[in-house]
Amino acid sequence: MTVRVPVVEQILSANDQLAAANRARLDAVRVFAINLMASPGAGKTSLITRTVEPLREEFRIGAVDGDIATTLDADQIAAMGIPAVQINTGGACHLDAAMLQRALPQLPLEELDLIIVENVGNLICPASFKLGVHRSVLIASVPEGDDKPYKYPPMYRGVDGLVLNKMDVLAAFEFDVGYFRRGVEVLNPGLAFFPLSCKTGEGLDAWLAWLRKEVREHVPGDTGANR
Amino acid sequence: MPMHELSITQSLLEIALRHAERAGARRIARLNLVIGELTSIVDDSVQFYWDIISQGTIAEEAELHFERVPGILRCLGCGHTFPLNGRDYACPACGEKRVVAAGGDDFRLESIEVE
Repeated sequence: MTVRVPVVEQILSANDQLAAANRARLDAVRVFAINLMASPGAGKTSLITRTVEPLREEFRIGAVDGDIATTLDADQIAAMGIPAVQINTGGACHLDAAMLQRALPQLPLEELDLIIVENVGNLICPASFKLGVHRSVLIASVPEGDDKPYKYPPMYRGVDGLVLNKMDVLAAFEFDVGYFRRGVEVLNPGLAFFPLSCKTGEGLDAWLAWLRKEVREHVPGDTGANR
Repeated sequence: MPMHELSITQSLLEIALRHAERAGARRIARLNLVIGELTSIVDDSVQFYWDIISQGTIAEEAELHFERVPGILRCLGCGHTFPLNGRDYACPACGEKRVVAAGGDDFRLESIEVE
């Protein structure tokens, strides 16, 4: 005879608990962390370079780089002379809270203000896995097309900021920024939006101003969104 | 095959075994999952992974049942609710483009059926 046992548990509850522990660990040492997600080639590493350069005078910055197998991106980030840890996901298409938990002790947390986490390049998987960071940002890019919010809605839901990179090539693509933004607005009303170009530097100021404000105004322990 | 389904399947097995043990079950026959279209893309490879990783446990050969909850949008103009269609989010009733998500965020194991 079969008996139905109610469970009603979030499928990734174990990961969510680890994420909460990461968050507490970061708050204890007053470090602000952001998670950058994007499809491959959207410009995660470029944006990190473009962000670290102007902000490194104000904040002590470290980086965590998730990659399936290589250390190319981590090498590029470490070349800037900031503490950087590579997480080799061993084939997994996303970072999860356990991976970040193992990476954090490898950074000099007491000596940092900001950690930038570069997630694995993927527009499907990372959305479900909380890491325990304070903010998540999605980087889209013009060549990917303006229909992405309609095709990959989960990625646009749980983020706090959206960068639209490669605005310098907008004229060469049939990319309707209005159509793109309407889709985003449905999924995530009021989402902070930064059209920019890592290549020309256009639009970077607004992104940097937002990030600077988020880091400065963050109150450790203020739970807010656990990303 | 996207690998996040493997992580999801491992998490499912852990939750199901924990609740089955608490209920004193001998065998898990079925898992009832509720997956919203706006939460995560979870495909049939979960069953594939399940058949492998549940071997040798009391959840071996359990059936995974997916209740898929469509993404639901609500029009801010006329209040009409309608499912996500993948092309445009405009309201099919009045054409209004200001709409908000109103359902499809589910991502949980609702219940298990045990013997």
